[in-house]
Amino acid sequence: MIRLDHVTKTYPKAARPSLDDVSVSIEKGDFVFFIGPSGSGKSTIIKLLLREISPNRGKVNVNGKEISSMRSWKIPHFRRSIGCVFQDFRLLPNKTAYENVAFALEVIGKSKAVARRVVPEVLELVGLGGKEHRYPHELSGGEQQRVAVARAFVNRPLILLADEPTGNLDPDTSIEIMRLLDRINRTGTTVVMVTHDSNIVNQMRRRVIEIEGGRIVRDQARGVYG
Amino acid sequence: MRAKYVLSEVLVGLWRNVTMTIAMMITMTVSLSMLGASLLMYRQVDKMRAYYYQEVEVSIYLKGDVTPEQRSALDGRLHADPLVKEVFYEDKQMAYENFQKMFQDAKDMVESVSAAEMPESFRVKLNDPKQFTAINQQYREAEGVQSIVDQQQLLQKVFDVLGAIQSLSLIVAAVMGIAALLLVANTIQVAAYSKRREVAVMKLVGASNWFIQMPFVLEAVFAAVLGSLLAGGLLIVTKVFVLEGSLQALTNLLTPVDWGDVWLMFPILAGVGGLISAMTAWITLRFYIRV
Repeated sequence: MIRLDHVTKTYPKAARPSLDDVSVSIEKGDFVFFIGPSGSGKSTIIKLLLREISPNRGKVNVNGKEISSMRSWKIPHFRRSIGCVFQDFRLLPNKTAYENVAFALEVIGKSKAVARRVVPEVLELVGLGGKEHRYPHELSGGEQQRVAVARAFVNRPLILLADEPTGNLDPDTSIEIMRLLDRINRTGTTVVMVTHDSNIVNQMRRRVIEIEGGRIVRDQARGVYG
Repeated sequence: MRAKYVLSEVLVGLWRNVTMTIAMMITMTVSLSMLGASLLMYRQVDKMRAYYYQEVEVSIYLKGDVTPEQRSALDGRLHADPLVKEVFYEDKQMAYENFQKMFQDAKDMVESVSAAEMPESFRVKLNDPKQFTAINQQYREAEGVQSIVDQQQLLQKVFDVLGAIQSLSLIVAAVMGIAALLLVANTIQVAAYSKRREVAVMKLVGASNWFIQMPFVLEAVFAAVLGSLLAGGLLIVTKVFVLEGSLQALTNLLTPVDWGDVWLMFPILAGVGGLISAMTAWITLRFYIRV
């Protein structure tokens, strides 16, 4: 499903590479944590998988597609098979929960009729039934992140990327978000999550890949934060 | 639904930044009307050339003491000359009548001259009006010839003036055009910045590039097309109130500007303005919205 093959990424003007000869393979339906200190290169992986950046060396293969050399006009279509949530939610403040999710469908060409059918369903799934018409500022942080998850998942992507999704949330809310991600994972969606929240990693007992200084220093099937 | 989305984005975008939109439209209007004026002038000079070249004559004035033999010799030569299309002899009396007609407002001038003082002349039409030099060389030294005048040279001065006005309006069009394009680029940057959140989400969920960029590009095109309509309106106003109003006398001398040509300016200006600002917007976006 996801394969990084001897990937090296050095940002322009950076003294040392963010990722240094990293190879990793993630199967369909996996739930994987990338952990490590700030600046270790975790977020670079998310950016590579979204094809926001390209590696200097090595190959990135997602959904059977070689994306490191993908032509730029093909990237939008590729991204439709990937959902993504971030620490800062990235919701549109002038749109309601419903509109935020529907927007993601409309801009990729889905009709309003499709949105009317699918959006309430996914909002129900993330536990926001009845709050469809609230604006982001009328929702708690956890609820906002649920909207973001709904938006990422509404298109039923094969892969869900999560870049520190609990970074702005208190521990209890974080656990609720993790339950949600777990439920999404059980539908067969591959989940890749970058975090340094040790509580969560220890509770979930899923595959843990630890990165330090741009290199993989640990890869455990049912790991803890350590 | 997508068309509706794009259209509402365009209108909201223009309205959000309405002072900039107006500035953009005014500069476009000035630039495009100048462009339109110089295009019309170009057509006009062309038409005038064609028109006047049919009418243009070379006048061979004869000396006061020209003998009948010299006159008929010249007449024979001119008729036989392959460069010459038509020859018309104007005697003293006809010249005087023309003179009277031309200066009918200046009685003193007419009265001070008698028919005997008017020069006789051959009015010659050339097959090719540009062959004046050849005619001039052949007949300048002929017996009984006083002087040879080419109307084309007078006409050329008029064309030179028109050409200068045309260049000037093209320069103004270019300078205002650059200002308009900078405003387009700026407007697009502001629009892209004010919609950066939406753009970020659209990129994230995989909206196609054209879908992201279309509202911005259309915003620029919309302003350009409005500007071109105003510019066309300005040309009409100029034709009605200036060319056919205060400058009536001059317009009669020049050939009149056809309505057809003026209407033709609308699609041309809209096309030129729309295309150039669309390209400017698109290039600007390539710097501000990367994949």
